Amino acid sequence: MTDTPILAFEHVRISYFGRMGESNVVPDLTFQIAPGEAMGLVGESGCGKSTVALAAMRYLGRSGRVTGGRILFEGRDVADLSASELCALRGRRVAMVYQDPMASLNPVMTVGRQLMEVPMLHEGLGAGAARAKALDMLAEVKLLDGERMMARYPHQLSGGQQQRIVIAMALIAEPSLLIMDEPTTGLDVTVEAAVLDMVRELRHRHRTSVLFISHNLGTVVRVSDRIGVMYAGELVEEGSIRQVFANPRHPYTRGLLDCLPTLGRDKRQAPLVSIPGQVSSAQGRPPGCAFAPRCSHAEPGRCTVAPIHLAGVAGESGHLARCVREAELPRRERPRPGAVAAEVRRAAPVAVEIEGLTKVYADRRGLFGSPRAPVRALGGVDLHVSKGETLAIVGESGSGKSTLARVLAGLETASAGRARIDGAEVGALRVESRPLALKRALQMVFQNPDSTLNPSHSVGYAIRRALRRLRGMKGSEEAGETVRLLDVVRLPAELAGRKPDRLSGGQKQRVAIARALAGNPAVIVADEPVSALDVSVQASVINLLSEIQAARDTTLIFISHDLSVVRYLADEVAVMYLGVVVESGRAADIFAPPFHPYTEALLSAVPVPDPEAQRARIVLEGPLPSATALPRGCPFSGRCPRRIGAICDETPPPVQTRPGGHRIACHIVVEELAQLQRASLGA
Amino acid sequence: MALPTLANGLPAAPARTWPGLARSWARQLARLGESRPATIGATLVLLWVLLAALAPLIAPYPPNANDMAAVARPTPSAAHWLGTDHLGRDILSRILWGARPVLTVAPLAVLGAAVLGSLLGLTAGYRGGVIDLAIGRACDIVLSFPVIILYMIILAHFGSSAINIVAVLTLTKAPIIARIVRGLTIELRSREYVAAAKMRGESTLYVMLVEILPNARGPLIVDMCLRTGYNVVIIGALGFLGIGLPPPDPDWGGMVKDTYGMMSVWPHMALFPCAAISSLVIGFNLLAVGLREIGLRD
Repeated sequence: MTDTPILAFEHVRISYFGRMGESNVVPDLTFQIAPGEAMGLVGESGCGKSTVALAAMRYLGRSGRVTGGRILFEGRDVADLSASELCALRGRRVAMVYQDPMASLNPVMTVGRQLMEVPMLHEGLGAGAARAKALDMLAEVKLLDGERMMARYPHQLSGGQQQRIVIAMALIAEPSLLIMDEPTTGLDVTVEAAVLDMVRELRHRHRTSVLFISHNLGTVVRVSDRIGVMYAGELVEEGSIRQVFANPRHPYTRGLLDCLPTLGRDKRQAPLVSIPGQVSSAQGRPPGCAFAPRCSHAEPGRCTVAPIHLAGVAGESGHLARCVREAELPRRERPRPGAVAAEVRRAAPVAVEIEGLTKVYADRRGLFGSPRAPVRALGGVDLHVSKGETLAIVGESGSGKSTLARVLAGLETASAGRARIDGAEVGALRVESRPLALKRALQMVFQNPDSTLNPSHSVGYAIRRALRRLRGMKGSEEAGETVRLLDVVRLPAELAGRKPDRLSGGQKQRVAIARALAGNPAVIVADEPVSALDVSVQASVINLLSEIQAARDTTLIFISHDLSVVRYLADEVAVMYLGVVVESGRAADIFAPPFHPYTEALLSAVPVPDPEAQRARIVLEGPLPSATALPRGCPFSGRCPRRIGAICDETPPPVQTRPGGHRIACHIVVEELAQLQRASLGA
Repeated sequence: MALPTLANGLPAAPARTWPGLARSWARQLARLGESRPATIGATLVLLWVLLAALAPLIAPYPPNANDMAAVARPTPSAAHWLGTDHLGRDILSRILWGARPVLTVAPLAVLGAAVLGSLLGLTAGYRGGVIDLAIGRACDIVLSFPVIILYMIILAHFGSSAINIVAVLTLTKAPIIARIVRGLTIELRSREYVAAAKMRGESTLYVMLVEILPNARGPLIVDMCLRTGYNVVIIGALGFLGIGLPPPDPDWGGMVKDTYGMMSVWPHMALFPCAAISSLVIGFNLLAVGLREIGLRD
């Protein structure tokens, strides 16, 4: 094996050309990937990491261009390749995996044909040999029952299975470089963990180099040997995983690590540290350090004058940082899970009470449509939240957590059971038929910042309209209250005149919170309010929510798939699986053994941005069973790593209650669970 | 950007004030320059609008005046730039005057179809279920009729006047627009801002008209441009069939009908009005293409 890097960027400059003229997204980028090495590239949205992935294969499209430097693939300049050489390279020597597997798969071809196509096209294999190869590859990506899988169409597979197929298609040609752009972002945590493990194993076995791009430090750690942190198109820090995580030298890297709500942190200890401001646009690049406007260590005169170069970190070979004050900054203190302030349990009245809540989407038969089996989204949920507390509902997609939120909000109605807000029954009441007082009592914050605000209306209109409808305000009173609400969510009053397309994701979500606060609600239901935001912004929105809650004594029902965020924010937690609550209780009880086996699996799948964290890992096999054909016994029995026998499939598990209201629905006796789980955590 | 502030120190919403509104419109118009098809299309359409508006001032002759001296030699000359028809009427003047009914009837009919179609589409898409089914099938029935025959029946029965043509075109075009709006509505109704509007207790009509319709306007405007072009063709065809605007006032389709028999001898009599129809239709089509291009770029 030679020492020529597989991929080398040498002083690469990339710009997009549009209506505004040139916008230089990557000013000067240099890095290399050695044969067999995996390099992770992290950064927030808009930092140019996807541009790098596209440029590597000359995929920039019509408006993007490499305007300087060289991109070398196995020593050859990609820019010099002819169209046919490029074609031979793509797919054969370099393979790409993107975030959305459905966009990479052909919906009208079976998975098998798509897999076979690759070796037939690139290696000229016959159908039989290609088929054998495809079957081998399916086994490698841990898809069981390859023969049957080959005959399926992409839409018949789950998201995790689809992504495995895409990875199989990428690796079947045995490329020397695999480029993965946010390959697990759309997947559930348990599936993500399994896919990441598989990628790590495969790349070692095939000695494939990997360029792994992600916004999530936790996922990068699991796959890569080296990491590059990007900010505004520049690498601000580069080094081995161990170097960068043990001793992050650039303030941005430190910021990214500090703003993560890692599993040990709790809102009672300290607020999350967010990075103020946002990435400056490519046009408004400051003369010195691009991060200086957001950096707490920036010194005017030193950081803001001349371009800053990547320099080696003393005593660590291969560790580079782009910061003039690098040598002066103290080592970063790893946040220790300190003593949690003793929990003050108040005897607060119950704000929301849910009993046996069930939602079944009935057997529907359209005029010409085929009959559809009933879908049980919620199967008898019991929960309650005290006033002023936060109940977090955790679960993967399909767990029914969003349906629960929508029933509470009156966007759906329950098929059976009760839900009471401050004593008033709402389970069967659509929002249209709720009296004004009830509409005011409960408001919602939604998930998607791009769809939560109407693009046709200004920010001010959205808030004023809510004030008018919910509080009957008019004229100057309304205008004054709008400004006050914007101030509550830390937004300047000028924003009132703007349309949402001129706001950042974090700003949009703040406006949505302000809109929800307009009616002075007693309960706020927040459905994944931060999952679409960048980590630095996520921290500030989480802080805002917990501040508002403390100031107003609002009850918060927080729906999330992110256990770290939940650990940080929640007082009470409910873990849902297939429409039922499998475990619920105080946050401290949920995050310590005994766990429900599903909670245990979720916890072990959480990507942790720490290469030192070596924990027992539980990989869940198989997809979520469909909600139309539910198991008779425990809903989790099919995937449960601690399944004890037929009883799990046949009999619904008993709910075992521990002191403090901690409830676990499992056939295994809690004491035994605790023992088993302590043992596996200690190992 | 510094925003103008009101007396109470609150920032004024720029879209609320008239100069602000004018500026935002001017900005939108200026964006037409970004796309070549849009520029050409808008120029053609504006040119025709201008010619139609100024017809009484710039037309060299009254539209129905006969120049008996020209009947013998109706070909283009210094006196009659585009020649005269078989009755000695100046073709240029008739084309200029003829632009007026076309440019009133076609856009009015599209506007009518857009209003009716949007309401139907919004209701069908937002309410779904039986209502959607009923509206959908009603639209299908209208659309399954051979339109020209439908026009002939209706106009023969009620008489052909500008109002009736607008009404007929509105009725037959509304289902097409309803389908487009229905599709957009189904996509938009699941947006979170619609749920937010419901949660503050907005009425169905408010949600449809204020929350959904404004976000469907892009494709709707593009389609309205296309539809206007098609309407120009249909008005021409109706004129040609003799059920267009009543004679003797000039009507492009009618001009072709009156003179196509003389095609082999004096082709200019039919070709010039045809060219007028084509250029206006092309103008609207290019404008639609350009607007779509600009919309996609956002």
